[in-house]
Amino acid sequence: MAKVPVQFTLNGAEKAEFIDSGTTLLNALRDKIGDTSPKGGCHQGTCGACSVIIDGELRLSCLTLAETCNGAAITTTSGLSEGGVLHPLQRAFLDAFATQCGFCTSGMIMAAKVLLDHTPNPSRDEVVEALSGNICRCTGYEPIIQAVLTAARSNSQNAA
Amino acid sequence: MALALQTFSTVKDANAALKAAGTRYLGGGTLVVRAANEGDVSVSSLIRSTEPALSAITVSGGKVRIGASVTMAAIARHPDLASLAHAARAVGGPAIRNMATVGGNLFAPAPYGDFTVALLALDATVNIDDGELPIETFLAKRESNHAIITAVGFTFPADGFRFLKVSRIKPKGVSVLSIAAVLEQAPDGTVSSARIALGCMADRPMRATAAEKALLGRTLTSDGIAPTLAAAGDGTSPVTDPIASAWYRNEVLPVHLGRLLLG
Ligand SMILES: Cc1cc2nc3c(=O)[nH]c(=O)nc-3n(C[C@H](O)[C@H](O)[C@H](O)COP(=O)(O)OP(=O)(O)OC[C@H]3O[C@@H](n4cnc5c(N)ncnc54)[C@H](O)[C@@H]3O)c2cc1C
Ligand code: FES
Ligand code: FES
Repeated sequence: MAKVPVQFTLNGAEKAEFIDSGTTLLNALRDKIGDTSPKGGCHQGTCGACSVIIDGELRLSCLTLAETCNGAAITTTSGLSEGGVLHPLQRAFLDAFATQCGFCTSGMIMAAKVLLDHTPNPSRDEVVEALSGNICRCTGYEPIIQAVLTAARSNSQNAA
Repeated sequence: MALALQTFSTVKDANAALKAAGTRYLGGGTLVVRAANEGDVSVSSLIRSTEPALSAITVSGGKVRIGASVTMAAIARHPDLASLAHAARAVGGPAIRNMATVGGNLFAPAPYGDFTVALLALDATVNIDDGELPIETFLAKRESNHAIITAVGFTFPADGFRFLKVSRIKPKGVSVLSIAAVLEQAPDGTVSSARIALGCMADRPMRATAAEKALLGRTLTSDGIAPTLAAAGDGTSPVTDPIASAWYRNEVLPVHLGRLLLG
């Protein structure tokens, strides 16, 4: 089958690739571009491990065709740290023991980032709602919720 | 996976491409790409159109038109559609709502199709490139539909739109059932018109016509709605799935309909 070109920015850097038409964004990111931070858990839209941010919105990369992202700005968890310094969400997840096996973590952080981008001081219910499409088999969720609330607090302290 | 995507700037050209065998329209992809990931090989080519009207919402003089590519998230945050927001928010989690379109929801089999339940109660029309159909006509024969849905349209009731989704997992769970109702009341409080739509009580959203009839002329009190609740299960044939059995859905339908009507 003929290859098709895709071009988008990934964590601020221009990316251009030739892919098989119909390739999911998840497979294009992991297998072609080499960003393995989005995880393939179910490929069915149910686990959230593949979550990425496309033009500011949380999306499931397993159900998104890469070709539909031409010209888009894509953010993944691998783009969050700056100069070796972890993003406040990453720091809070580590400190709160909100990551165990780590398979869900990158998707959780994407969902949490979109929330904090729009709602810097969320309530606990807002955090639960924001993470409701993401499944974790290890932590029992409570440490994750606490980590997001902690990251929100540390953000607002930094801003103050 | 041999799946190809073809993108067209107009609905007309996309409709022409959809005539070929093995093609399917791509909305948000939450069902169709999911099926491909699961190994569905009946589709070899996905077609989509990027015509701007497909993504537009217009509200004027109580008339609403929602383009087929509009997502649940876009409906939920639209200032003029606030009374519909909870029906749009009933669909999936945040990422699904950023992808799931109105057009795709019209085709979603039970236990999905929550937003379509709302559209059925609102007596929406389903628009295609060269015409429109009442939503009930569309739903009855949606398998044989090969044309791109361009939009849905309806008249916003001044008030009286009610919606409820019952799920086991909060805040985001698949429906045990969903119910939408549009009620008008006379000055004395009796119901003068009623449209009640049910989700998961058949393989696709359906009207509860016996329950609607039983509500006319009655007040919204526990005594007033008793005949309606008794008729709620008329004509239903609910799905049995991992969420609930058909028996269970029929058992709890009157309870939730009662809560919706009295709430
Ligand atoms: C994890 C998960 C949770 C979900 N939860 C819910 C839920 O709670 N409630 C609910 O209602 N649904 C739910 N869904 C199902 C689905 O996401 C929604 O029903 C959604 O609205 C489908 O829209 P789509 O744009 O993604 O459809 P697609 O997958 O793009 O399309 C679905 C079907 O509709 C056809 N189609 C789409 N648009 C058009 C058009 N404009 N013209 C002609 N044909 C068209 C396609 O060809 C295809 O056959 C869930 C799905 C997942 C994966
Ligand atoms: S891999 Fe995409 S939601 Fe599970
Ligand atoms: S840390 Fe293992 S799935 Fe969440």
